[in-house]
Amino acid sequence: MSEDKKDKKGIALSRRGFLSLSMLTGATALSLSSKSEASIDKFKGWPGSFGMLTDLSACVGCRSCERACNETYNMPQPEKPYEDSSVFKERRWPDGRTYTVVNRYQGVGKSKRTAYRKVQCNHCLEPACATACPIHAYEKTPEGSVMYDEDLCFGCRYCVIACPFNIPGYDYDSAFEPKIVKCIMCYPRLKENKMPACAEACPVGAITFGKRDDLIKLAKKKIADNPDKYINHIYGEHEVGGTSWLYISDVPFEELGFSVNLPDRPIIELTKGYMQTVPIIFTTFPAIFGLVYAATHRKGADTKGGNE
Amino acid sequence: MSNQGTSFKDWMKDKLFMGKTPVEYSKTLVTPFNVVAAIILLGSLPVFWMRYTQGLSTVIHANSEYPWGLLLSWGIFAGEPLFACGFIVAAAYYLFGMKEFKPFVRLAVLGGMLGYIFAASYLLIDLGRPWRIYYPMLINYGPASVLFVVAWHVSLYCTVQLLEFSPAILEWLGSKRLHKWAVKLTVGLIIGGVILSTVHQSALGAMYLATPGKLHPLWYSSMLPLLFFSSAIYAAMSFAVILAQFAVRYFSERCDREFIEAVPTMTKILGKGAALSIFVYFALKILALAQDGRWGYLMTGYGYWYLVELLGLVAMPMVLFIIGVKMDSLKVIRVASLIAVVGILINRVNVNLIAFNWNQPNHFAGIIPPWSEVHMIAAMVTLHIIVFRWIMNRFPVTQELPQYRGTH
Repeated sequence: MSEDKKDKKGIALSRRGFLSLSMLTGATALSLSSKSEASIDKFKGWPGSFGMLTDLSACVGCRSCERACNETYNMPQPEKPYEDSSVFKERRWPDGRTYTVVNRYQGVGKSKRTAYRKVQCNHCLEPACATACPIHAYEKTPEGSVMYDEDLCFGCRYCVIACPFNIPGYDYDSAFEPKIVKCIMCYPRLKENKMPACAEACPVGAITFGKRDDLIKLAKKKIADNPDKYINHIYGEHEVGGTSWLYISDVPFEELGFSVNLPDRPIIELTKGYMQTVPIIFTTFPAIFGLVYAATHRKGADTKGGNE
Repeated sequence: MSNQGTSFKDWMKDKLFMGKTPVEYSKTLVTPFNVVAAIILLGSLPVFWMRYTQGLSTVIHANSEYPWGLLLSWGIFAGEPLFACGFIVAAAYYLFGMKEFKPFVRLAVLGGMLGYIFAASYLLIDLGRPWRIYYPMLINYGPASVLFVVAWHVSLYCTVQLLEFSPAILEWLGSKRLHKWAVKLTVGLIIGGVILSTVHQSALGAMYLATPGKLHPLWYSSMLPLLFFSSAIYAAMSFAVILAQFAVRYFSERCDREFIEAVPTMTKILGKGAALSIFVYFALKILALAQDGRWGYLMTGYGYWYLVELLGLVAMPMVLFIIGVKMDSLKVIRVASLIAVVGILINRVNVNLIAFNWNQPNHFAGIIPPWSEVHMIAAMVTLHIIVFRWIMNRFPVTQELPQYRGTH
């Protein structure tokens, strides 16, 4: 009799224990992702990799870079010639037909001047597109270019969602061979020891090609030499873990449409915590729910389960 | 020979034409619902033709800022939390031993399974190269990607749900031996289903962890995975309440007495569960606001919209669920369920579209879908209902066949 009683109590306790344990573990597993521990294995980019530095104070909006890029990669001809400045009336963006575009911003900065900004892939050191791609169609090369393999892509466009700069374009017009279209920082030309076509074409030297480390030194020097002219910030030095393409400007970056609300951590750091909980769920849940099943389906227990 | 011919005819009559001859059966098909459905589906054919021969740009609004439109938002993100009903009800019955749910398990699993199959179908419309849909499973792996996790879990879960539903299919086919095996697998499958659902519901939220600069700070939170998972639980319970009511109202002749009599009790238990889980979600939403320090955004345009969602579509159904349970009112629980489901749909569309890339110039012009995208959604919803009806009218979903009584 007493034996029986003890047994019953044991069941009750253990059952409650299992249930609360299961809830706790589930919740902990899912909330681990909120932990933002500083990564000890922080990737600072490939050593000696190349980069580009755009000096936005120098750009005159001639669109030579657009033309050079178009010709280098045999892209579709634009609707209006490159000399036609009426394209500046609307804000354009890289898409399935172009790697890069130049936009005009009027009345910006202290002097309310007209400024131009070239837009293209920034070639992140730890690219969000590569993190997002479920098929691993993206690769950050040691040279610095972020490359994409259209033979692997199935066109989910999560890379476009994840890209902090809204860069990857997709040729939505193609029914049978749609693919991501984005700047490759002239990877084939780098391999031939040539600089990217846009940097070579720029008549005013607004785009400088070089080793990323050297470009950061150069940018710092330019800012230090002209502290009244430049904003004291190198865009791309730290944004989302750093980008190969860097910018300095005399106009606040937000006035030129740059995202200034980005974290300094790479995007992969934001999803890593969650990804680590997935195997935890796989290892713990079978045990937890197996025990729940056992606890609720004991022979002689008053709650009879269904699977009998 | 002729004997076999007639038996095949009988089989068709029995299994496909609901016991009628083909002529009798086709006469029953002319109903107002079917006429409207036919118009929607026929009208959508040119749209689908354009999509698959001329490219996505002819039918959906998509560009570098808004790669995903309403089609994907509705078809995958808004739908899947509701279709968690399969795993919630199956877990309640098989794992937690809540025997009240016995007559309901198959309907819930059917609702979930069909939902997932349709979610995959929406993906086949939206993927640039849908014929490569298996690439993340077989061709190349991106294990750092949250979408990789989603792809694997959704496809595995589709399989698990098909197996979970297989006893009904085997009963329809009359295969007793396979049926016995299928039933034996059940508990393992249910636990697998719980794992796969937990991971992929939370992963849908985790996908947006990658968008800190793009998703509005009120919706962006490091707790997104937990928020998506916890909201899927009450969404699934609410959807289950609606599904049970739907079956009793529109398929009463297919429901046995046991099912119909169990509906009020199940509705009350689901209402209780929903009251609890929606409260947990509400608390987590507040916690997310506090942890991320986002109070300042509440007094902006987006803040008011956020409050509509939080107060009108989470807090209100929460209060209604509590009132419904306390007053024992099925009607109040059903109204609460409906509001909760609408709230989930709006929450997911908020994350995917309305609050996504909110700081882009001309944001609202960028997210309004063209009519062709809306038409494709209407066609998919119509097809979803028709397939559901076809199965309900033939398979033993809301009834227990006498020869299989007590075997599952």
